[in-house]
Parts: sequence; C-alpha cells; structure tokens
Amino acid sequence: MESDVLVVDDSAAIRKILQRVLRQTGMAIRNIYEAGDGQEALQLLGQQKVNLVLTDINMPKMDGLQLLAAMKGAADLRTIPVVMVTTEGGEAKVGEAVRLGAAGYVRKPFSAEQIKEKLADFLPGAIPS
Amino acid sequence: MNLKDDLVQSLTRAVEGVFSTMLGSQVVPGEVTVEHQAPTANDGVISFIGLAGSWAGTGCVTCSPAMACRFCSQMLMTEATSVNEEVLDAIAELTNMIIGSVKTDLESELGPLGLSIPTVVFGRNFQTKSASHADWFVRRFQWDDDMFEVRVCMTPSERSTTLQPHVLGSASQSD
Repeated sequence: MESDVLVVDDSAAIRKILQRVLRQTGMAIRNIYEAGDGQEALQLLGQQKVNLVLTDINMPKMDGLQLLAAMKGAADLRTIPVVMVTTEGGEAKVGEAVRLGAAGYVRKPFSAEQIKEKLADFLPGAIPS
Repeated sequence: MNLKDDLVQSLTRAVEGVFSTMLGSQVVPGEVTVEHQAPTANDGVISFIGLAGSWAGTGCVTCSPAMACRFCSQMLMTEATSVNEEVLDAIAELTNMIIGSVKTDLESELGPLGLSIPTVVFGRNFQTKSASHADWFVRRFQWDDDMFEVRVCMTPSERSTTLQPHVLGSASQSD
C-alpha cells in the first residue's frame, strides 16, 4: 500500500533532507508534500489526504504544537499520526506534544535510520517486502 | 553549576553530534575563549538565535562563505558554489540544531527556555552589537582545513523572579 506524507518545517534545508531520507527508505511512499508552517499545512490537509505528518515545533505563523492541536480538533484529521521532528528536547515542549496527542518524536539532528524507524511504526503497509 | 564549563561541554557535544549525524563528518574542537563583546568586524556568514526564559541570551555560528557553501553542499547533497538562499537556510538550520541542543542541556539547570527563529547575515566588513553585557563563551572548531566558531552568551533575565539555587549556590527558596 502506498502512503502519502506531509513534511512541515520552516527550513527548506530540513524539508529537502527529509524528502531525500524518505525516498531512500525504499518504502512505498507515493507523494511527499511540503509546508513551511502550520497554516500552510492545514491548507494542504484540506486538499490532500495524507497518512503521516512529520512536523517541526518552532515555526513562524503557526507552530507545530498549534498544528497538532488543530488537527486533533478536526474530525477528518485527528486520526492522522503526527510525529514531531524538532530541536526541542525539553520536558515542557515534549510533554505538551504528548498531551496534545503526538504519535512520536524525533529530535534533530536525526539520522536516516531514526526517521525510517518512525515510518515503520506508523506506515506499516509501506514497508518493502 | 559552572556555567562556562557546562556551556562549553554542551556546545561541543552539540557540534560534534550535528556534524556526525547530519554530515557523517568529524570536527576537531579548538580553543575556548571568553570574550566581552559580540563578534567584531566580520566578513562572512553569521547566524544568530535567541534564547529566553529565566535566563536569556544569544547563540551564534560564524564561518567563511566557502565553509557555508561546503556545509550546505554536504548536508543537502547538492553543489553550492556561492552563498545563496539555500546556503543561508542550511546555516540557519545548523545554528538551530546546535543551539537547540545546548538549550535542552541547559534547561535542566536553568528551567524552560524558548528558542527564537534564527537570523543569518552574509556580507563584508560588517559589525554586530549586542545590548547584553554578558560574557560570550566561544569555541572554535576545525572542519577539515577551515575553522568556524560557535559562541553563546547567557545572563539571568531582568524580569526573572525565580531564584535558581543551584546556579547561585544557595539552598534557599524564594517565596
């Protein structure tokens, strides 16, 4: 089963790295969408169905925690797993993400292996046989 | 807590971690200095990020344009030959990851800290000025044949009403 993934980060560099890492996993990923902040992500989620969201926390306009809260408050988005990919390692932000319903957490800097492990957790159908 | 030692150890770990994880590369930590001013006249790339909480400060990374391009090329697996938006974005993210790691380490001692969005400057013979009078803890690193530096200054916030007993060396607690 092919999956669609949304990458949300204000850094074009990180979006590019995640695109590459996702493609290199060999998993069945059909589309990788990108957004530069939470607002853009919500707009895109209104138009495209995705199977997983990878999002930064610290972003302008709407941060990753606000995006997570908005998704959990929307009936058609609340079941999409959201994995935080962020430099934030403090208990306050991580605890807030967990409380809001984050499915997982990857701390920057990240290795390709860490991202692949998270994908395997939330996109089991995309794992190559 | 010795702020200088903790900061220097933390930023050294952070730089080594970022380079090994994101670039598959090693850096050689160089000298550590304490300076009383923000970076003086500069040619090249400098990236700032703010820290705020019961303590506040700034972290910054400075490097040559050539190193900035090389960093971008290696991190994004692209070929950057001049400083452009992609290079500046890569340096901003480098700063974010390094100072973000330092922030997480410091939070166990200083309490929750916020991290700003980074700002990157590229130019020639520019000067920077910080309104803070705090010392800057500076560590230089060698990456192959070029040097870059990471510096951090932290000072108790004027608005902070919470004493940090472990920092101030007192066991008393404020009411």
